[in-house]
Amino acid sequence: MMRDMTALLSASPVFAGLDTDQLDFIAGCGWNVHFNAGDTIFKFGEPADRFFVLRGGDVSIEIRLAGGPARRIETLGEGEVLGWSWLFPPYTWQFDARAMSGVRATAFDGSCLRDKCENDPGLGYELMKRFAGIVATRLQATRLQLLDLYGQPL
Amino acid sequence: MRDPVWLEGDAPERLVDALAARGYRVVAPRVEADTLVLAEVGSGTELPRGWSDEAAPGRYRLVHAEGDALLATERFGFRVGAHSYKRFLHPPEARLFTARRGSPGGMHVDAEPGSDRPLALLGVRPCDLAAIGVQDRVLLNGPHVDDVYAAHREAAFVVAVECTRPGATCFCASMGTGPGIEDDDETVSGADVVLTEIVDAGRSGFVARAASQRGAALLDTLEARPASESERSQRTAKVAHAARSMERSLDRDGARAALAQGPELPLFAEIAERCLACANCTLVCPTCFCTTVVDTTDLQGRVAERTRHWDSCFGIEFSYLHGGSVRQSVSARYRQWLTHKLSSWFDQFGEAGCVGCGRCIAWCPVGIDITQEAAIAVDQQREAAAKAQREPSRRGPPVRGARP
Amino acid sequence: MDSRCEFAPIAAMSAAMVPRPYVVARRWNETADTFTFELRPARDVRPDAPPAATAAAFRPGQFNMLYAFGVGEVPISISGDPADGERLIHTVRTVGAVTRYLGALGPGDPVGVRGPFGSAWPVDDAEGRDLVLVAGGIGLPPLRPVLYQVLARRERFGRVALLYGARRPAEMVFVDELRSWRSRLDLDVEVTVDRATESWKGSVGFVTTLVRRAPIDPAEAIAMVCGPELMMRFAALELLKRGVADRRVHVSMERNMKCGVGLCGHCQFGPSFVCRDGPVYPFADVKDLLQVAEV
Repeated sequence: MMRDMTALLSASPVFAGLDTDQLDFIAGCGWNVHFNAGDTIFKFGEPADRFFVLRGGDVSIEIRLAGGPARRIETLGEGEVLGWSWLFPPYTWQFDARAMSGVRATAFDGSCLRDKCENDPGLGYELMKRFAGIVATRLQATRLQLLDLYGQPL
Repeated sequence: MRDPVWLEGDAPERLVDALAARGYRVVAPRVEADTLVLAEVGSGTELPRGWSDEAAPGRYRLVHAEGDALLATERFGFRVGAHSYKRFLHPPEARLFTARRGSPGGMHVDAEPGSDRPLALLGVRPCDLAAIGVQDRVLLNGPHVDDVYAAHREAAFVVAVECTRPGATCFCASMGTGPGIEDDDETVSGADVVLTEIVDAGRSGFVARAASQRGAALLDTLEARPASESERSQRTAKVAHAARSMERSLDRDGARAALAQGPELPLFAEIAERCLACANCTLVCPTCFCTTVVDTTDLQGRVAERTRHWDSCFGIEFSYLHGGSVRQSVSARYRQWLTHKLSSWFDQFGEAGCVGCGRCIAWCPVGIDITQEAAIAVDQQREAAAKAQREPSRRGPPVRGARP
Repeated sequence: MDSRCEFAPIAAMSAAMVPRPYVVARRWNETADTFTFELRPARDVRPDAPPAATAAAFRPGQFNMLYAFGVGEVPISISGDPADGERLIHTVRTVGAVTRYLGALGPGDPVGVRGPFGSAWPVDDAEGRDLVLVAGGIGLPPLRPVLYQVLARRERFGRVALLYGARRPAEMVFVDELRSWRSRLDLDVEVTVDRATESWKGSVGFVTTLVRRAPIDPAEAIAMVCGPELMMRFAALELLKRGVADRRVHVSMERNMKCGVGLCGHCQFGPSFVCRDGPVYPFADVKDLLQVAEV
């Protein structure tokens, strides 16, 4: 089972390039999860102690403004990483995540990994590089969304 | 070319008469209100006599050889004025079509009919002759032919005049377009007759060479005698002297390479301090060909017209795309003009767009000198390349305010 | 010999500069600010009229200059089926005087047409390979002719994917066709919006995220990208990141056009004329220029 998990991890872009020991440790923090359509994966304000690598299905990132219905900001799909708030203080979720369809994912124990990274800066740096890259990509995409490029010219 | 003949000082009058008799509309230089213009002439007596010119960055003056009995007879003492022959071949305004709303609800479009009196261009300097060739390759050699240009260019008769005294802003020698005109197996000048004016105490007149069949036919009707050995060598010597004594030059191949590699050279930001984007340079340039169209209707909306007008890449609306113009800053617009003229033109048409006539230098109100800017571009690109070698990791121009 | 020479009448304006009269056969709205109309050659009833213009055969990616009587012209990509020789279809977004005039025309009204001009999407090069079409906003109409050609000989291509990013669900064009394409088993259609409504059940986010997930084999794939310049740049870079060769990614550039035939100088983009060397370019040819401001 562990070997399967490690093999799975090394195939995922977010963990590519890590050495076997590192992969084994991370694999030890991971487990497979499944959500039904409509299930809440995490909610704004809850402790952010996990992150997920999506293996199938679609997840919606949403926020519920005062009194109104949930506003969908972004959707994520297969192969994408869900959740980075586990790495940065205050370690709480900033948005809601909800399964739009049946979702299969691998969940990872964020707080366990965080502790390990404090003691193993090498691993910490590697994970920080990868997650910083994910945040940068999301930020770029969000900026493009914000630019409203398809809107009427000013 | 055929063997040279000698024409006396009244050659312009005789040529104009001969061309007019053949049905040509003759266009030649004239001086009107102290300005050198190109205009249709009815007789060679309308051509200037005893006029020369002085040009410098941002300055141009006509000068008359009042006191000098000899120079007062000179017919082509001036170089080039603000007008170039593109006024006639690629006119500032041309109607393209007229559209009519018929009944019921249809639309008919009628192309503008052509004309039937060809042009004869008299007094074409080597730089302007080269410019006509450059415009030929832009407007006639592409997948679509510019019909207005083709209509005026077709059968146009060209009487060129070599230069024996370069102006201060001239740099045709370094651009390979002058000051003389030769025909050999490789290059066809595009002229029909080539004149070289000789004005000295011994004799004043023109060495005339036929550069085409109909040029030869025209000269034959003038029954001129062959040019003597001394007249021919005087011509050669004067043209060679003109080439040697040209003050300005432009590194044509160096500028081409530098501008192709460096869209971010500092010179473009620097020039924006001076350039007014007034478009004078594009107006006087004999190779600039950009146009725009204007669509209009009558008040009842029954008849519409489209006319074509000269346009300039220096105008802010030239590069307008929904939402704004692509080239908003003056530096981007100057960069577009300079890069097009000295570099991209090679990629598009296989040669430089500049013929070294120097008009842009004289007619720029702030005296921007294209030869100087080209040299600066070459220097700055060389510096940038050297820097890139020393610091390979840094890409692009240095950040302003950073440590050197 | 008569000294007066005989000159042949000098040529008048050629067809490339003079609009051919067409009429609007049908028109319908795609969204609040975008419409599609179908044009047919007008029958000229004058006795000395030249033969009727035929809808000039076009290649996907080419455009026509559409003339609004007395107002002006705009370059508009052809969005119909290249195999249909009878009808000329254009999808137009109203952004200025000419497009608003065209948008107000109804069946029977005249439109002038010059073209087709420009370079084409390399559909033939995609045979035997995976093909991904990435469209942003009004970038879908110029790609639709590709899809028509591909579906007409579907067996010649590998996996085919259409990735479409729109502003909001209400601003999507070709909604009915998208639905029917989506239902095909031999076509992957993914749609995303920048801003979702409550009823929207699909993806939310910029179209570059769809590129990341596209079900194609990047090594042999050909990509065709069309939309606002910034969107094309990021989508193309995303494709390169996935391993698609920069010579196999194609974009459709846009610049100010007055003549459409390489003579007025307005559409210059670096050394190339977009109306003639483009509008379709391999990304490799424009990648560096796209990094320079105000070119």
